[in-house]
Amino acid sequence: MRELLRLRPYLARYKGSFAIGIVHVFLTNVFTLISPLILMRAIDELRDGALTRPLWVYASIVVVLALIQGVFRFMMRKVMIGASRKIEFDLRNDLFSHLGSLSVAYFDRTRTGEIMARATNDLNAVRMFVGPAIMYVANTFFTLVIGLTLMLRLDWQLTLLALLPFPLLSLGVKMLGSRLHDLFQAIQEQYATITTHVQENITGIRVVKAFVREEEQIEGFRVLNREFIERNMSMVRLWGLFFPIMGLLTGIAMLIVMGFGGFRVVSGNLTLGGFVAFTSYLGMLTWPAIAIGWVINLIERGAASMKRISEILDEEPDITAPEIAEAPPIRGGLRLDDVSFAYNGEPVLEEIDLTVGEGETVAIVGAIGSGKSTLLRLVPRLYDVSRGEILIDGVPLRSLSLSHLRSAIGFVPQETFLFSMTVKENIRFGDPSLSDEQLEEICRLSRLTPDLDKFPEGWDTVVGERGVLLSGGQKQRIAIARALARNPRILILDDSLSSVDVNTEEAILVGLREYRRGRTTLIVSHRLSAVRDADRIVVLEEGRITERGIHRELIRNGGFYSRLYERQKLIRELEDLE
Amino acid sequence: MSWGDPVVPDEEVLQKSLDWDLFRRLLRYLRPYRGRVILAIGLLLVLSGLAILGPYILKLAIDRSIANDSLDASLRVSMLLKFSAFYLCVLMLEFVTRYGQMILTTLVGQKVMYDLRMEIFSHLQKLSLTYFNRNPVGRLMTRVTGDVEVLNELFTSGVVQIFGDLFLLGGIVAAMMLLDVKLALVVFTVLPVIFIATGIFRRRVRDSYRDVRTRLAKLNAFLQESITGMTVIHLFGAEARSFDRFSFLNGDHRDAHLRTVFYYAVFFPVIEVIGAIATALIIWYGGRGVLSETLTFGALAAFLQYATHFFRPIRDLSEKYNVLQSAMASSERIFSLLDTEPRIVGPEKALPFQPFQNAIEFDNVSFAYRDEDWVLCDISLTVKKGERVALVGATGSGKTTMVNLLGRFYDVQKGAIRLDGIDLRDMDPHDLRRRMGTVLQDVFLFSGSVDRNIRLGDDTISREEMKEAARIANAHTFIERFSDGYEHELQERGSGLSTGEKQLLAFSRALVFNPEIFILDEATSNIDSETEHLIQEALERILVGRTSLVIAHRLSTIQNVDRIVVLHHGEIREMGTHQELLRQGGLYKRLYDLEIRSAVESTGTDG
Ligand SMILES: Nc1ncnc2c1ncn2[C@@H]1O[C@H](COP(=O)(O)OP(=O)(O)OP(=O)(O)O)[C@@H](O)[C@H]1O
Ligand SMILES: Nc1ncnc2c1ncn2[C@@H]1O[C@H](COP(=O)(O)OP(=O)(O)OP(=O)(O)O)[C@@H](O)[C@H]1O
Ligand SMILES: [Mg+2]
Ligand SMILES: [Mg+2]
Repeated sequence: MRELLRLRPYLARYKGSFAIGIVHVFLTNVFTLISPLILMRAIDELRDGALTRPLWVYASIVVVLALIQGVFRFMMRKVMIGASRKIEFDLRNDLFSHLGSLSVAYFDRTRTGEIMARATNDLNAVRMFVGPAIMYVANTFFTLVIGLTLMLRLDWQLTLLALLPFPLLSLGVKMLGSRLHDLFQAIQEQYATITTHVQENITGIRVVKAFVREEEQIEGFRVLNREFIERNMSMVRLWGLFFPIMGLLTGIAMLIVMGFGGFRVVSGNLTLGGFVAFTSYLGMLTWPAIAIGWVINLIERGAASMKRISEILDEEPDITAPEIAEAPPIRGGLRLDDVSFAYNGEPVLEEIDLTVGEGETVAIVGAIGSGKSTLLRLVPRLYDVSRGEILIDGVPLRSLSLSHLRSAIGFVPQETFLFSMTVKENIRFGDPSLSDEQLEEICRLSRLTPDLDKFPEGWDTVVGERGVLLSGGQKQRIAIARALARNPRILILDDSLSSVDVNTEEAILVGLREYRRGRTTLIVSHRLSAVRDADRIVVLEEGRITERGIHRELIRNGGFYSRLYERQKLIRELEDLE
Repeated sequence: MSWGDPVVPDEEVLQKSLDWDLFRRLLRYLRPYRGRVILAIGLLLVLSGLAILGPYILKLAIDRSIANDSLDASLRVSMLLKFSAFYLCVLMLEFVTRYGQMILTTLVGQKVMYDLRMEIFSHLQKLSLTYFNRNPVGRLMTRVTGDVEVLNELFTSGVVQIFGDLFLLGGIVAAMMLLDVKLALVVFTVLPVIFIATGIFRRRVRDSYRDVRTRLAKLNAFLQESITGMTVIHLFGAEARSFDRFSFLNGDHRDAHLRTVFYYAVFFPVIEVIGAIATALIIWYGGRGVLSETLTFGALAAFLQYATHFFRPIRDLSEKYNVLQSAMASSERIFSLLDTEPRIVGPEKALPFQPFQNAIEFDNVSFAYRDEDWVLCDISLTVKKGERVALVGATGSGKTTMVNLLGRFYDVQKGAIRLDGIDLRDMDPHDLRRRMGTVLQDVFLFSGSVDRNIRLGDDTISREEMKEAARIANAHTFIERFSDGYEHELQERGSGLSTGEKQLLAFSRALVFNPEIFILDEATSNIDSETEHLIQEALERILVGRTSLVIAHRLSTIQNVDRIVVLHHGEIREMGTHQELLRQGGLYKRLYDLEIRSAVESTGTDG
């Protein structure tokens, strides 16, 4: 239950609404609970055969009371439930912006389905707590207090006796509560698991189909599905007792009123009108009493869900930076000073020293898994170094604001991710203010123009989720264009020409040669063509720099680079022999 | 703002208020559990009966005992005790019945949900890629989870409770008529007002719920995409921009909800006021009846109780109507998924599985993903068993598309593809794909162990075979480096591995199934040449006697194939061995020269 305390700031923001709401709950109840007294008067006078007023007067009073009560009830719902929707809005916004502040490492270890389940299912459960649950708690409270006061005044002995079952009720509620909490949590977890399974299945449907794994996927789903049902059922077995017990207890209260209250009438301690008013009050108390059970459920669900949402909100952004409004523009000189990095204790980069002068191009080569991409990711601070320091223009990265740092970098990741928007919007993602001329220039540079001419909708072609409607090379070139659109001081290309043909590659490289001038560039590639005329080439092996120099020097070194070169050359010599 | 709507084309907002065909179809899912459903409805009948009995006992108690001044006190008290005992029995019975009924309906609901989820999920597996291209992941997920959950509400609290409410209403009407026809009719004069009020309410709420649903779908689609693309958002400093967009969608969603809140806030008090009018009518008309001694006090009290009981089911029914409403919308979407005919299916009588014997043949094949935007034109190509063929060509020229067609992920529009002379369309697509081992251009790994990612859960493949495959693909070395080796758990999409490592896993996966036909689509594009060379050597041995189709941009990797096919703008431009093509001096030679020159001839030092 402590989890719900987290909601305090949100509730505080709408405390005005809640205060107004609660006043209206109070007023609603006052006017609702007066009307049985009118009924009592009418019946007593009827029984005595001495009407002081015509019946229609009593009838109209009942209607008028209901009208007044109705206005208050309207306000109560509108204000309180409305506030809960606003809190939902705030909470969802906060969740999103917090997600935005979390680092890539968090998304590496958290499944999308898990986050989605929290942002949808759990958020809704919390909303039900803030809105209906709070409203019904207030309502039940006032109904009980006002109702009891009036009943006690009518006949305190009968009231006390009739209320006997109610303490039992709250005891039962308490006992069920904690158990329900666990059961509910188990259900939510299973729901998230199912969501994740479905999501993976759909995103990987190509693989499932290509390897004919449909049956296996269905079997996997069946197991999860069955478990889900079982968890639901064990919840219901317990929860299902709730309403019947409530019904039974309120029924017993009614029974007491009928038996004992009837006796009081017979013995002349209660009027018949009072008796009818009592039955009427009990009827009014029944629903709020039953609502307790429902509310308990909502609260438990709300708490369990809030806990799961808090897990995200409590996640500390591990990449933090000072917010500096004014900063000198980044020129692009880079220095890695004794940098080491480990993902989860597994060292990936060790003691990297590397200086890239402003406007210089440095190429990084190395076997798969040698740490090239990791090194590149450290520059825009997708991850932070474990040891050592990276400096930009002589200033440590950590002392720059993230937006300032990243605005100077154009990054083409090794694996392309496109949003399901149009080609144009995807490129503009790099810079929304891009003019059409600039766009055209960029498309030319990244060799997209021929493809765009082929598409019936040109720039406005929709690329599909992750770009499924495009070919591999088209996706990659859009990612290049997106990075160029930033007009970056530092251009980072991570194996960014792996999916294009030689011809296109050559054209892009030629174009970039011009573009690169004056910009600091880091290029990773497995192909010599892309790295050959870098100002400097660095070889990474198992996370360490083992060679550095220019092409001419390195090919004679007898190391990784020269082996790479020989292999290419060998092919050519074979060619010559034939 | 450049951030447009997440593209959710044709999010079907088909809304039919209460479609009986749909409803009947939904009911069909209850058929396997019809015994239990009937029992549950029976229990509901009992429950309504008991609910009607309560006020009637009260009436008897008042008339016979409490307000019966003609009897002497002790007799009245003993009668009162009898009525109380009777009432207690009613309560106990109600308790048992209600619990039983609740468990029964939930159980049935859950079982139906289980069946539905299985059916949707299994059906999804049969649908073609065209369908998946068109529908965002988020939307399909909603079908299997969210929409089914909505239906659950329909089955557990909706349909059955609606019966309960209807029984109760009927019972109360009958009881009131029995007690006093005239008074009952006077009370019923409020009914038309109720019908009008609920009618208006339902229409309004339906419309705003429709908005809620579409806006929520958009909101979630956007959220999902933002989560998966968070790295890109970070890299391009788009946090603020995407937040604005999100906040906008979120606000839209909130506003739609606020409208429904308003309608509900109006509706409930209105019903209460109408209820009060009914009470007023009872006081006024019933009171006159008491005065003229045509109505007893007991009957008056019972009427008052019935009147309150009367409005609860009515209120519930209009709330249920919304459950029903959203359930209809959900079921419509679910059924439209289930009704989507799998387009890629085998014939009625698929030919028995036969080993690949002769040749694969593309016979004048033309293909377009959409309408008439031809991606492949008049492709004719025969690949004989045991032959190794390479496909090369500029990006976007249609190489991957050809491979897609061969695996029958799409059907050709013109011409035919034949395997051993049999049109692919006359084969069970599963049989067809089982012969092929494919490394897709876009690597996809599941979260789960390395083992599962290679064997894909196929236990007929031994661990040794798996390791052997990993060795050939050169994946073994890096897998062994994990402390838990093949049991190492990968995260979503294999994050936690380098791109090259992922590709090697995908490679091992294709090898382990020991296919007759190998399809390698840019299978080594992210691999360094040294590793690539090792793989190539190992492949030399494996590919002997097997048919393979290789797509590569690096021409150096395909020189040893038997034939090279050069694709250009969806047409076959050149075809022949490496040597032949070089001699021809066409497109291929140009590409090849370019590659050799750019790779080897450095700026002035060499040769
Ligand atoms: N699912 C799809 N829906 C619509 N169009 C598509 C789809 N997939 C590919 N295309 C289009 O078909 C054409 C050929 O694509 P294909 O993927 O076959 O090219 P490719 O030769 O494999 O190119 P690359 O070398 O870049 O991978 C491209 O213009 C592409 O935009
Ligand atoms: N997110 C991650 N979490 C944990 N380990 C990772 C992660 N990303 C990469 N690694 C590991 O770190 C090492 C270096 O990976 P990196 O991606 O930097 O290699 P790379 O040189 O770019 O290789 P490639 O040429 O295949 O792209 C690899 O062994 C890889 O398994
Ligand atoms: Mg990499
Ligand atoms: Mg391709």
